[in-house]
Amino acid sequence: MLSLGQDEIAKYPFLADAGQYLKDKGFTLEQFGTDPDLKSLIEKAFNRIEVAADGKIYHSEITGDKVSKESALPREVFSFLLAIVLLKLSGMTTLIKRFALAEARRAEKYLEKDLANISDESKKQLAIKVIDDLFSVQIKKHDDFFVIPVSDYLKHSINFHEREWKLINRHVENGLVFLTPHETVRLIRKELGSYISSKIINAKTPPMISGFEEPVNKLISMSKKFTTFTVTTGEYPPCIKHAIEILEKGENLPHSGRFMLATFLLSKGQSVEEIAPLFKNAPDYNQRVTLYQLNHLAGTSGSGTHYSCPSCEKLKTQNLCFAIPECDNVINPLQFGKKRI
Amino acid sequence: MQENDIKFLEDSFKKYYFEHFDLIRVPNRTSEREFGFQKFNSGMTRHISIKDDKELHLLLMKNIPSDVYCSNACYSFPNLPMNEKDWKEADLIFDIDAKDLNLECRNNHTISKCNKCNEISTDSNICSKCNSTKLEKKSLPCKNCIDASKNEVSKLSNILIEDLNVQQNDIHVYFSGNEGFHVYVYNSQFQLLGSRERSELTDYIMFNGTIPETFGMKKFKPNRSSFPDFEEKGWRGRFSKEVYGSKSKRSKIISELITSGYSSFQKTLEDISSKIGAKIDPNVTMDIHRIFRLPGSLNSKSGLTKIFCSNLEKFDPYTEASFLDESSVEIIANCPIEFKLKNRRFGPYFNDKVSIPTYAAAYMICKKLAKIA
Ligand code: SF4
Ligand SMILES: [Zn+2]
Ligand SMILES: [Zn+2]
Repeated sequence: MLSLGQDEIAKYPFLADAGQYLKDKGFTLEQFGTDPDLKSLIEKAFNRIEVAADGKIYHSEITGDKVSKESALPREVFSFLLAIVLLKLSGMTTLIKRFALAEARRAEKYLEKDLANISDESKKQLAIKVIDDLFSVQIKKHDDFFVIPVSDYLKHSINFHEREWKLINRHVENGLVFLTPHETVRLIRKELGSYISSKIINAKTPPMISGFEEPVNKLISMSKKFTTFTVTTGEYPPCIKHAIEILEKGENLPHSGRFMLATFLLSKGQSVEEIAPLFKNAPDYNQRVTLYQLNHLAGTSGSGTHYSCPSCEKLKTQNLCFAIPECDNVINPLQFGKKRI
Repeated sequence: MQENDIKFLEDSFKKYYFEHFDLIRVPNRTSEREFGFQKFNSGMTRHISIKDDKELHLLLMKNIPSDVYCSNACYSFPNLPMNEKDWKEADLIFDIDAKDLNLECRNNHTISKCNKCNEISTDSNICSKCNSTKLEKKSLPCKNCIDASKNEVSKLSNILIEDLNVQQNDIHVYFSGNEGFHVYVYNSQFQLLGSRERSELTDYIMFNGTIPETFGMKKFKPNRSSFPDFEEKGWRGRFSKEVYGSKSKRSKIISELITSGYSSFQKTLEDISSKIGAKIDPNVTMDIHRIFRLPGSLNSKSGLTKIFCSNLEKFDPYTEASFLDESSVEIIANCPIEFKLKNRRFGPYFNDKVSIPTYAAAYMICKKLAKIA
């Protein structure tokens, strides 16, 4: 793991080992619930989530003069760690997603600034290292640009739909793609978001801590306004509905989500021709690729083997599961809605 | 195809695999590849794994396939069903086919065979004898077809080497055995890429999906200095050479481009795409589970060998890819177009009974333009 200074932990708090950080600073979670001096940090944490839920980016206090900075830094990190605890206690996936996204945008700004930093080489090196460690993307400085191998570039750029991200519209030389600091960071935006959300989703949920109940309850009611789907029996499971909604909105569904949706619908007896139009709205829609992939999954091309819908367990790890009570005892989305005898 | 035609081809193919096994280039990591084959008049057998060249030889001698294929991918378990194979990586492959190049010469050497009455004619839409429209097209590619395909191969190699950092000796070019070339790229940074990434790579190589901004053109107030320089590398350089023509014309042409405007620039990009982009079949390159014709094996569409081209420029498929027997065989040929094999002219034949060498007979029988007498 990276060794990080105060400054860096405040900028990229998701890199810190939460439990270790608190211990090092000599705190326990319980103290934040009871100690009146520390309680304000819970409010700050709550506020951080609220801002994110609104689709905005939380403004930190880490700029400013040295003295206020020194006390601000740990507060920054604490509020982030406490926000995660609150989110875990609330169990609201929609909020976690929004929070992760906003935090990713926030980190993006710092990464970009650090990459473009010409006065402090160590800052730049750290940003490069963060990108390498987290996303296995090796970037190198090349004059005013950063260069990355074409193959690495493609793995990320295929998720973008804007033409300017197509490889043909990039400066390519000697197997490398040339990017500005802004483009470099933009390239890993999605991965940064999923890194942070998977870190939160995989964090252990502590038992309820006294003093935390109120903000947690507020979060639960806040999340209600973001719940966009309801399920009536006989319909598709929430994971599938969610995927369809994303596509209908013309937003980007990750490859794993498309795989789930396609295999699910194929298993339900739909044909490749019936399914293909669903993907039409996707930002990166490419008829050739879609048909190739669907035919491949359906086993109508090549091997003749067909792929089956992933298990709920697998989908959970891919952040595609949006379980509701009706999902109890279901181990594969295909079983959803089938009455148990 | 008739029983005795098949027997004739099988005998000739068997002899080839017995005598010319050295021409077969068994791919590296043989045991991690999936093999497949077809027999004359029957379906495909896939999901075969083979230990080494000895086993391959045995398979060829035992089955006498019409066509043999091998995966560009490596798997942990090549003989299991597709989703259990455990895909590891795949060589980058390209297919360049003369029939996709819209060449004018094609009309001169494409014949239609009527599926109803077997009449052979040079008309491409309707049978001259029974007016049926169910026609099967047969082409005997000419020198121009081969030269045009070679040109696409050079464009492709150039992009691979200059832009994508592929080493010249990692690019292996084969004559496909019929109307084009197959190109393999080994040891590249692209081994692990999935099909979506490879599809994106094909757009790059074909010069698809360009936007005017990439070449300096903007909707509003384009800036002269953002237009490519003549000496630039990559696509901007190729663009300059195609559009400016020469270094000295750069300035004048830029003025013209700016005056003509944005949408006219888009049109220019589309127009030059077919000239400077390499015309590959994108579906082949993006397929990471494909089984591709085995290097050195025979192509049942022609009886010619998918042969390695060590010198592409000089390569002549009609002398260098024909390896079947010289011994004479009597056939009834219906091939209204003359062709040349091993420096000997054959045809045209109009339902003629002739005695010709096996390699030429096989060529026509494979194209269903002759049968054993
Ligand atoms: S539990 Fe299973 S069926 Fe329910 S949403 Fe999650 S993945 Fe879908
Ligand atoms: Zn006819
Ligand atoms: Zn021709």
